[in-house]
Amino acid sequence: MLGSSTFRHGVHPPESKHLTEKVRVRRMPFPDEIVLPLRQHAGKPARLLVKAGDRVERGDKVAEADGFVSVPIHASAAGTVKDIRLCPHPDGSMAESVVIAVDRFSPQVPRPRIVPRWEGLSPKQVVEEVQKAGVVGLGGAAFPTHVKLLPPDDMPVHTLIINGAECEPYLTTDHRTMVEYPARVQFGIRIMMKALGVDKAVIGVEKNKPDAISRLQDTLPDDLDVSVLPLTVKYPQGAEKMLIKVVTGREVPSGKLPMHVGVVVQNVGSIACIGEIFETGYPLIERIVTVTGPGVRRPSNLLVPVGTRLRDVLEFCEGVTDEATQIVFGGPMMGAAQPDLDTPLIKGTTGVVVLTKDQARSVERYPCIHCGRCLEACPVFLNPSLLGTQAQAGRYDEMEAANLMDCMLCGCCSYVCPSHIPLSQMFALGKNMLRKRKAAA
Amino acid sequence: MNPQAILASVAVLGGVGLTFGTLIAIANKKLFVWEDPRIDELTDILPGANCGACGFAGCRAFAEAAIDGAVAPAGCTVMGEAELEDVAAMLGVAAGEADKVVARLLCAGGTDVAPRKALYDGIESCAAAVAVSGGGKACAWGCVGLADCAVACTFDAIRMNEADLPVVIPDRCTACNDCVEACPLDLFVLLPMDHKLIVQCRNLLEGDAATDVCAVACNACGRCAQDAPEVVRMSDGLAVVDYDRIELADPTAAARCPTGAIRWVEGAQRFEVELTAAGSLTG
Repeated sequence: MLGSSTFRHGVHPPESKHLTEKVRVRRMPFPDEIVLPLRQHAGKPARLLVKAGDRVERGDKVAEADGFVSVPIHASAAGTVKDIRLCPHPDGSMAESVVIAVDRFSPQVPRPRIVPRWEGLSPKQVVEEVQKAGVVGLGGAAFPTHVKLLPPDDMPVHTLIINGAECEPYLTTDHRTMVEYPARVQFGIRIMMKALGVDKAVIGVEKNKPDAISRLQDTLPDDLDVSVLPLTVKYPQGAEKMLIKVVTGREVPSGKLPMHVGVVVQNVGSIACIGEIFETGYPLIERIVTVTGPGVRRPSNLLVPVGTRLRDVLEFCEGVTDEATQIVFGGPMMGAAQPDLDTPLIKGTTGVVVLTKDQARSVERYPCIHCGRCLEACPVFLNPSLLGTQAQAGRYDEMEAANLMDCMLCGCCSYVCPSHIPLSQMFALGKNMLRKRKAAA
Repeated sequence: MNPQAILASVAVLGGVGLTFGTLIAIANKKLFVWEDPRIDELTDILPGANCGACGFAGCRAFAEAAIDGAVAPAGCTVMGEAELEDVAAMLGVAAGEADKVVARLLCAGGTDVAPRKALYDGIESCAAAVAVSGGGKACAWGCVGLADCAVACTFDAIRMNEADLPVVIPDRCTACNDCVEACPLDLFVLLPMDHKLIVQCRNLLEGDAATDVCAVACNACGRCAQDAPEVVRMSDGLAVVDYDRIELADPTAAARCPTGAIRWVEGAQRFEVELTAAGSLTG
């Protein structure tokens, strides 16, 4: 294998995975109501297909893909469409959503396969089925998976990298997927390799998951070149560009895609999802979510129907403790704090972390002392100290010239800053402003 | 030191200077563009804020247009009356009358009536707060109250009141558009002062869902549209005023509003909570 088993810079936050790493995935029962926002993926929101009063079965399409960078949304439980209305969305806005009143105690009737068997499908048909099944990246960004499966002709892809690093503290979603569903992961890899036409795949897993590594190694196929690469435990090891650097020794140039170095990266959860849809015939309607943190009474790994409300999920985990003060979707490094318990868990929700007073306390901010720790933490070698000064002055053009767009908002700089300067938030704001200006121009 | 070298260098430099001087003198005559001296004079009188509220690229561009007669002096909303008369006298035209346009806030949900559902602890800026989970206000469309507009205002025409709501002081507002651009939730619009019927809400929810998040939200009951059908219509859970027919409007349109979301505004927008002593409306 080329390269060392890690990248330069980065940070070592407490892993805190002990709460759920040994806990088996439990299936969560259907809640009374399911909320499916039409915008659950990067790209164009799906186009609504149903109206209030319509009857839907589990797996029925409620919204269809609107263009190429878009995927349909399927009902995750049988029931009646109660309303189409504005509901809280994990990004903090109010988004148009399909609200389904779920049938209680009604049997989930067997139905014909929605996704066909993969044998006999051409690579192109496989990619089409992946889009039709509503598959998106389950690692958090929710980028439609089929788009990554169609590299342009001038960018040949030679390696598929499966991202099982799961470097965010607390989360064990991918970990449990690898431990409990290794065959599904291998099946997904097989399908992906055929769709992409590549003959090499590497699964990168951080060394703090030895059980996952051994389970995957035991199930490796004999007829394909698939290998497991143990990675040094460091944040953000699971960032696409960091992972590519470790596996191939190549750096993705600034502003370019992994395809430019002949690589496609998929989260291990998405791979298992592709294995699952072709195995069961159901589209993406449920996902594994880690519900954890010191503020939740029974930390769990759950199989949750997409669109289940935060309130119902927490209730199923026996509620939150009196100390709970903040609820974050995703990990504590990059996740977004949620202001509303009625927010649904969507396709891209990797975890629910309930933090307590000690962790979510408000801290005093001090001026920058130019210690340079943020420079040593930044995995993409930016100068967060300089960028922070520019952000405070609102000089977004200068930030762009200082390569702000290479920032992936991993939060390492904010994490190490002894003055508690919210650098990462400043950069999120800067990137927002630049995108807005580009859109207006 | 060789005196000849001194002479030679003086002669060369002098010669070069003379040659270029002559060239510049010729160019000055050949390429001369006559410019109305009044443009400079007028630019000096204008406020020099270059705010762009007049619709021109700056004060000098406005001066050129005023001298061409393309715009009346009153087109500059920043000038005081004394300056306006000076300009009119200088150009020998009537000062003209411009409709006074001011920035209006389309939200009345201060912290007294619109609760927060989460604490926001981050950069003190509306744009930054809105970028992370909406800033914590229960109403996703409502004013976040971190004063990006007041910071952006060049004329000190926006003050925050005790309920963290910006109040525009009409006498100072020049309708320069800076607050409109600064607000991440697009809550400011520029309206002529005589457009008095204003829906101070952008919440798209209806009924109790709307009033649950803000006591002064438009709950889309439609009474205003019933009482003044020619001016107000309902659209997407919100009352919308048709400003093309504003002359047909009168205070009855807002009389039956159960929440006070639609208002007949005379002068400044006054919210239930008054300004603190430091920011009185007369300023």
